[in-house]
Amino acid sequence: MLAWHRLCRDRVGLVSLAVVTGYALVVIMAVCGWIAQDWSREVGVNYAPPVFVGVDSSPLEKPSASVPEVTALPDDTGIADPLADVIAEIKKGMPLAQAKEARVQTLPLGGDKWGRDVLKKTIKGTETSLIVGLLSALLAVAIGTLLGAQAGYYGGRVDDFLNWFYSIFTSIPYLLLVLAIAAVLNQKGTLTVILILGLTGWTGIFRLVRAEYLKHRTREYVLAADAIGASNTQRMFMHIFPNVSHVVLVQLSLHVVLFIKSEVILSFLGFGVGVDTVSWGSMLSEAQSELILGKWWQLVSATVAMAVLVTAFSLFADALRDALDPRLK
Amino acid sequence: MTTTADKAPLLEVRDLKVDFRLDDSSVLHALKGVSFDVPAHGTVALVGESGSGKSVTALAVLGLLPKSNATVRDGSRINYRGRDMLSLSRREITTLRGAEISMVFQEPMSSLNPVFTVGYQLGEVLKKHLGLRDKPARKRAVELLNEVGIPDPQTRIDAYPHQLSGGQQQRVMIAMAIACEPRLLIADEPTTALDVTVQRQVLALIAELQRRRRMAMLFITHDLGLVADIADTVVVMRDGEIREQGAVRDIFSQPRDAYTRALLACRPPANKRPLRLPVVEDFLDDKQGNVQSPERSRGLRGDEGIVLKVGHLAKHFYFREGLFGKREFTAVRDASFQLAKGKTLGVVGESGSGKTTLALMIMRLTPASGGEVLFHGADLLKFSAAQAMPYKRRMQIVFQNPYASLNPRFTAGQTLMEPMRIHVLGANEEERISMALEMLAKVGLPESAFFKYPHEFSGGQRQRIAIARCLTMKPDVLICDEAVSALDLSVQAQLLNLLQDLQDEYQMSYVFISHDLAVVRYMSDQVMVMKDGEIVEMADADEIYARPQHAYTRQLLDATRGIERQ
Repeated sequence: MLAWHRLCRDRVGLVSLAVVTGYALVVIMAVCGWIAQDWSREVGVNYAPPVFVGVDSSPLEKPSASVPEVTALPDDTGIADPLADVIAEIKKGMPLAQAKEARVQTLPLGGDKWGRDVLKKTIKGTETSLIVGLLSALLAVAIGTLLGAQAGYYGGRVDDFLNWFYSIFTSIPYLLLVLAIAAVLNQKGTLTVILILGLTGWTGIFRLVRAEYLKHRTREYVLAADAIGASNTQRMFMHIFPNVSHVVLVQLSLHVVLFIKSEVILSFLGFGVGVDTVSWGSMLSEAQSELILGKWWQLVSATVAMAVLVTAFSLFADALRDALDPRLK
Repeated sequence: MTTTADKAPLLEVRDLKVDFRLDDSSVLHALKGVSFDVPAHGTVALVGESGSGKSVTALAVLGLLPKSNATVRDGSRINYRGRDMLSLSRREITTLRGAEISMVFQEPMSSLNPVFTVGYQLGEVLKKHLGLRDKPARKRAVELLNEVGIPDPQTRIDAYPHQLSGGQQQRVMIAMAIACEPRLLIADEPTTALDVTVQRQVLALIAELQRRRRMAMLFITHDLGLVADIADTVVVMRDGEIREQGAVRDIFSQPRDAYTRALLACRPPANKRPLRLPVVEDFLDDKQGNVQSPERSRGLRGDEGIVLKVGHLAKHFYFREGLFGKREFTAVRDASFQLAKGKTLGVVGESGSGKTTLALMIMRLTPASGGEVLFHGADLLKFSAAQAMPYKRRMQIVFQNPYASLNPRFTAGQTLMEPMRIHVLGANEEERISMALEMLAKVGLPESAFFKYPHEFSGGQRQRIAIARCLTMKPDVLICDEAVSALDLSVQAQLLNLLQDLQDEYQMSYVFISHDLAVVRYMSDQVMVMKDGEIVEMADADEIYARPQHAYTRQLLDATRGIERQ
């Protein structure tokens, strides 16, 4: 309650909270299928430019307009397509045939190579990236905090063992580790990406949390908790944890950002989300080839969406930490 | 103590007003118009409790107030030898600070840089301000160390701060402060962090240096008892205002202000033991502090029931040395004593004497290396954690630092409720809440405290919460580990009264650990003196103060009496 009042006083915190909430709403609506359900429909012409840019009149657009001429070419050679009738039959049965006629020239934020709406792709991408980023960061923070708390609080043999485990884990090259986990899980998909990132990303958090627990376990308030009979678990998680939670929160926000970026790398390497899903990572890797053609909108949409979320999330985490700390005014 | 007829004062502070901005809306008036003079060769003592503004005054004189949130209000004047300190440039002030005005801080351990030798740090000052070269600087540093009474300065000059004791570190700090022959020395609580015996030596050193070098000194302390020997003039401050100033003799013999009288009376007296100590409130509002309460008799009759019996308790630490070797350090050696029901055992000793380790071992908060702790006949040290649980409730401890012993993330209510939940006291939550509120009332806190966090309370109030937390479990034994040492004298008196009231009501037995002999004498039936992990003497309180047997006890008592000679 007190924390909420403090957060309300922090203007930057409130604005970033609003932005993060906005993203969260969009993601929830996307998950429920209310918006961007049909992101993969090819609604526009190839590389349809954004509305505010206007219809592209550059020569690059021409070839797509002259497609009928190309199909007429075989007649000149005198060879008839033996399957022409069959294909015509099939085409007639497909609703796409009508849709093709209705393709729009511009889209709100432009279209991609296949004429899919970039706005819807971005929304769907937000869903994937945010879920991957949040869940994998939560997983990593949970593992790091649990192990770090044990190591720092108990010290001695427990600490030695966990440090040994940590050292082995960090001595393996990162990508090799990612490949190994990917090979063990042996399937592509969002869940796999979350597991890969979560299981490899906890090491830094472990060290930090361990150091905090080392510092706190000898504090007088922990001794006092021991004196009134609080158990080890109670001391670890009810007494010390709230006092180190600012470290964990900051790490959480940093790792969300880090993992959103990592997902891009993983997608690029081919361990990312499947072809049937879209993420900012897959959008950015498509944008690579588009940029040569001067089609910048997909890149910009994904980047802006990512930059705004990442910034807002970091600022919000900072504000949250300040608000939760009763010692700060 | 000079009798020089002073012409113009060295330092003139006039109507000094300082505000601190706390946040957007609130401002703290830290100083509300403070005026006093420091004569050229005299000593002025600024006395006041925490929050009185004494340190702010010193920082203002040195131009060290934090620029971001402190403002010196218009109309304030600080004149040093005719120059207005408030209008000097940053550079001029820096030059003055090094060469003419210097300062000794409270904590020598954190004022010295741990990675450089004391000779290097001392030499740095000499090189910077006096422009000496390496060799003469070293020679001068040795002389200075000799002057402040560091034994064997030729070798000690290459020591690192951690290789010196607390008292020696403070001596080094003093050497650094006087290195440039300052005209004005500002000493901010220079002896507060030190043991009593050391405190007296350092105080004597400062007084002697002041006389020999004919410096002016501004001596800041919370302890009115300290200034009698050292100061010419005393300025008593409270809440940013000066309550009284005058010659030291007048202040002690005929204090005019009620607050000064209260400060003099709050300290447990050395010769009698009133049932209740006077507190500041008794003196303010024209009550004149006429609280003549009957005396309490202390000591054991011999037929009391024994609650706690400690036998041959010991604690060894091992340090690794080299590859296979280890070095043993004994924190407590062969400690045996008994604690009677409803009585108080005082434990006295300087830092490092093993008092706290002893308390922690009795509480099972740190494992003992040997010995037994018999609580109503059951040996607590033999129990597993689960077996010890029912006994945990019956022995409780109040720690020294009220800022560290409460979980900053728990409200006072949560702090009080937790032990009751753990030990399943009270039938349900409502009953526990009403018990918690009852305990808050018992320690003199309002009900609204229930929902507040520790940082919203003062030090004394936090200590009350810590005591209330112990009371919720209705313990038989309460260990107070320096429980009142970190508090102001007036607050200390209130808490001692509270502890005494609670003992009378609940018949608890106290183990009262303190370095302050006056407080221990006031509180205890029996006194135990510890030195280097050993119990050197133990007897009834009056007996030990009247006829100390051990040399160390006599030394301790002398040190205290020396300081309190008034």
